[in-house]
Formats: sequence, structure tokens, C-alpha cells
Amino acid sequence: MINNIPEPMTPNVFRINKKYKETHDTFTIELEPTQGTDEFFFSPGQFNMLYVFGVGEAPISISGDPKNPKTLKHTIRVVGTVTKAMYRLKRGEVLGVRGPFGSHWPSENAVGKDVIIIAGGIGLAPLRPVVYQLISQREKYRKVVLLYGARTPEDILYTYDLEQWQRRFDIEIKITVDAAAENWRGDVGVVTTLIRKISFDPSHMIGMICGPEIMMRFTVAELQNCGVGKENIFLSMERNMRCGIGFCGHCQFGPVFVCKEGPVFNYECIENFFGTREI
Amino acid sequence: MKPSLQRGDRIVLEREHFQNLLDALNKKGYQIIGPTLGEGSIIYGKLSCVSDLPIGWTDEQEGGMYHLKKRGDNALFGYTVGPHSWKNFLFPSVQQLLQAKREGKGFQVNRKREEIPKFAFLGARSCDIYAITIQDKVFIKGKFVDPHYASRRGDTFIVAVNCGKAGGTCFCVSMGTGPRADLGFDIAMTEVLKSDRHYFLVELGTERGAEIFQEIPYKNASEEERATANTVVENTAKHMGRYMNTDHIKDLLYRNYEHPRWNDVAERCLACANCTMVCPTCFCTTVEDTGDVPGGHAERWRKLDSCFNLDHSYIHGGSTRYSIRSRYRQWMIHKIATWIDQFGTTGCVGCGRCITWCPVAIDITEEARAIRKSEQAAE
Repeated sequence: MINNIPEPMTPNVFRINKKYKETHDTFTIELEPTQGTDEFFFSPGQFNMLYVFGVGEAPISISGDPKNPKTLKHTIRVVGTVTKAMYRLKRGEVLGVRGPFGSHWPSENAVGKDVIIIAGGIGLAPLRPVVYQLISQREKYRKVVLLYGARTPEDILYTYDLEQWQRRFDIEIKITVDAAAENWRGDVGVVTTLIRKISFDPSHMIGMICGPEIMMRFTVAELQNCGVGKENIFLSMERNMRCGIGFCGHCQFGPVFVCKEGPVFNYECIENFFGTREI
Repeated sequence: MKPSLQRGDRIVLEREHFQNLLDALNKKGYQIIGPTLGEGSIIYGKLSCVSDLPIGWTDEQEGGMYHLKKRGDNALFGYTVGPHSWKNFLFPSVQQLLQAKREGKGFQVNRKREEIPKFAFLGARSCDIYAITIQDKVFIKGKFVDPHYASRRGDTFIVAVNCGKAGGTCFCVSMGTGPRADLGFDIAMTEVLKSDRHYFLVELGTERGAEIFQEIPYKNASEEERATANTVVENTAKHMGRYMNTDHIKDLLYRNYEHPRWNDVAERCLACANCTMVCPTCFCTTVEDTGDVPGGHAERWRKLDSCFNLDHSYIHGGSTRYSIRSRYRQWMIHKIATWIDQFGTTGCVGCGRCITWCPVAIDITEEARAIRKSEQAAE
């Protein structure tokens, strides 16, 4: 009987087609399935469980273009055993992939509204797919703004994309860093300071936030100061995950499972416990 | 030729024919699991004959205390629940999920083929049947189905036993989960011990439950026998060792994430995870991937985990729930509050195991009461 029910913990084998460094501690891999279909469909904001043979598995957000299902991209920060092992993998080697899992950014709710995307650090990785998506259907939205904060200029992700987007007249990009050397000509300060530098219609906007929890807390507060309703604020949460499918219990965040109801949450649905310490 | 039995019928099984029930289950190919003496307590194990049951034994339970003692009669089920629950069989604490072997640059994943016996759970208490239905919601009623749980759970035959005795830490009446089994069983029995007679009042819960009795001597239950069995269970309900007021308990706890009582309990809690191990509904697991030294073979294992472990909430940079205060709070609020939002029911069935097996006798009913009382005092 056991063999009749699909095993949701079985990874599919994907080959690494490309691998490149993004910053000193992050890299991107481009993956292609080795069996079955050659396409991988996902919605911006979703994640995969990536498995290194014999080492372990980690939840990693999908950071490629949803319109290009032939290339599955993940940007990974080297922080633990599994991500270190991923970094050691070479082109042509394989990874296990389970997914896509979780909720997605609400681009459907953003039609006809301003979209303010606010990213901190590697929080840009799960937001990049939604930027691609918004750009591909640019006429559907009013203002599109990306505010991005990184620790230092060397920590800025996707500089090639950012430069390209900066050249467009239909999307506004603002970048700030926490600390920089003298040759940095951009903003210095936390990402929340950028919110006051842009104009948007607080009653007709959708905010999408991803970054460290403390950054998201201050960003939500600043947006609310600007008159944005909590129902229009969305953020992506991170918790320990061992399964991605609601069985392991690790990603509980108050009453919700980050893997199932999240990782993208409407702020209104989590505000009661979002600020609770050690929840 | 006996008239055929039907679901809902109530019949009487004499003690001397109890072995016939085990034989009938065996004949149908079930592996019978039930209470037996072991590890200084009453645990669940394989049964082949009536004498494997803890005949004439009972248990005494209090916070942080469990004792076996002789009853002075020959009751088959004269005790309450021990440290084991049925999750030991439906959701084993260590399970291999996958094996993989390297092939060239890639790898091939194989599912472990597991021969799973068809279980008959003999002597399942009402609280524990509720616990099974709660784990069903986690593993087979959601978006994803856990094939390991599903295959073990599939054909399980459940022989419920209505409790004839309440344990010192029992509070199923508060949780609405007992002591009379009212769902999820194939047959439910009430043991009746009189000076001159020892019998079981049996309620048939399913067609296959009725079928089992085709080859077992029985007689239809008289009004008096039914009434006697009812009295046994009613008496149990009146003697619950613990009580928990569940009135708006979710809102009560949601309002009190920062209650000073969490500091108080954190002073006592050892974060040993005993409560989560004995809890019949706790389902947290960790997934461990292993590889052999030559790098050709890999395995994936699922092991019972606990929200009391520091690394349960670890993400790069540290654990979200660093203090014991936050870990106890997570466990208790999950059990009786957030579980309701997640699965439409509390995760607590009032079995009392977490109280009995806590080495420092922390009592979930007492902790909930303390929070409620402080609110009432403030009003």
C-alpha cells in the first residue's frame, strides 16, 4: 500500500547548468530537471527544498523569472553545512529538488495600484521573480518601486539586474547600504529611510517586503506611518523547516505554518503575533 | 444460525470467551497490539493471548509519578494510559523515508519498501482514539498525505475499551474526549466486574466489527447489562484527576503571550521533552540526511523531535525560541490554542501523560488555570 501513495519527501534530480558568484557569500545556481518534464513552474515568492546528496536539505526561495520555466534559479547564501555543500557543487553535478512550496506574492491584488517592493540583504532573492513578473506586465500596475538595503556595497545582489532596471523609466530603484567606503556615492542608512524619499498613493498600493525580521518590523511600521493599511502589506517569513509540507512542525510561527500558509503573509493575518519575541 | 449482527448493536462477551476475540482477530490477519506489562509500566506490545494483558494490575498516577500495583481482582483493563500511545505504531519515532545511490554524476532515489502489518489496537482508550483522529488531520487530511502514516493507519482495527477507572492525571471529560469511546472504533467494550460474573458490554461500531463476532460466542445485551456498563463509565467520568476549563481557551492564551506565568514555569521546566514524547498527538519530527563515507549511498530518516529542543527553531544566526520560557509557551499554546486554528481541534485530549511523565510535575491544567485566574483577579 505504501508504494501507491506519492512520497512527498522524494526529491527530483536536477542538474546544475550554471553556477556563479553573486557576492562574497552568495551564489546562484541555474538548474534543469534530469527526468520527466524540462520545465519547472512556480509563482514568485515560493520556495524549494534543495537537497545535496548525502548531506542534507534546506529551504531556498526561487529567484528566477517565472516566465522562463526552463531555468530554475536559486540564489544561496553560504551559512551552514548544507549551503556550504551546495557551494562546492560544480556545473554538471546534481541537486535534489522538492517543490515549489508555499504562498506567493499577491501580484493579482496589485493590478491598478502602486507596488512598493522593499528588500533587505538576501531578501531580494525571493522578490526578484515578482519584479520580473511586474515588468513583464508593466501596464497593469501604476508605480513600481524597488527599495533595497544591503550591508555594504559589496553585499548588493543582482547588480546586473539592478543596473538594467535602473535604466528603465517605468520602475524606480533606490538602494542604500548600512556602511560604505568613501567611494560609495549612494545612500547610506537603513532601508526604511528610503520610504520617505519616494512618493506613492498609500491608499492604492501593495507593499511587498522581505528581509531580516527586524528590518521587516521597522518597514511595516514606517509604511503604516505613511498611511498604508495593514491589509496592503505583505511580507515573507523565514523559519526552520525540515519538510516543507506541514509535517515536521518546525516552521510554526504562532498559529501558522510558514511552509504552508506562508512564506508570504498578509500583514493583517499575522500582526497579532508578528512582534512577539521568540514566537 | 445466529441472526446477523449489525453496526450499533450491543452484545455481551463473557470473560471466558475473551480469547476468542483475539483468535478471531488473528485469524483475520491482524497483528494485535495492546497493553502489557513492561518497563515498569503498562506499555503497548504484541498480544497473542489474554494472559499477555496486565491482568489484575492497575496504575497510580500523579504529577511526575507512576506506580504499578495489584488490584485485588482479575480485571483485564483496570488501569489507564501508560507512557506509550498508538503513535508508537502509526508514527514510529524513527523511520527511514528514502535511500539513494549515486549513479554517475546523478543519483537515484529509492523508496524503502516496508512490510507493514495490519494492526488491531486492543484496548484503545477514548482519549487515544481522539488523538489518532487528530494525527489523521495532520498526516492524511491535509494538502499533502504522509504515505508512511497513511499505510500504517489504513486498515487499523480498533477495539476501544471504555475506561472503568480515571487516572490521577486524567482530564478527558474537560476536553470532551472521553471516557466513553464515541467515534473511530470498530468495537467498544466496557468491562464489568461483579463478584460472581466478569463480562464485557460490547458496542459494534462498524460492519467489520460486527463480522468479527461471527465466530465468537456472545449474547444480546439486556437492559440491565447496558445500564450496568453505563454506570461504570459514568462513575469514571465523575472521578477525573484533573480539570481544565476550556472556555474560550484559545483567546485566553492568545491574549497572554507575555504573561508572567511563562517565566514561572520556565523556572521549573527542564526542557527535557518528555511531555512531547509521551503526548499522543505531538508530531514534530526532524529529517536527517546521511551519507556513507565513500559517497555512494545516502539515506533520509525521520525522527521524532520536540519543540523543547533548542535547535528545533534554529535558523542561521540562532534559534528563534532561545529561552525555555518561549519553548514551553510554544508547546502549551500550540497544544491548546494555535492547534485549533491549524486543525480545527485542540491538540490536547486530556490523557494526562504530559503531567505524569514530567520529571518536575508541571501540569498543563494548572498552568492554564493560573493564567485564567490572574485574568479573573485583574477584572
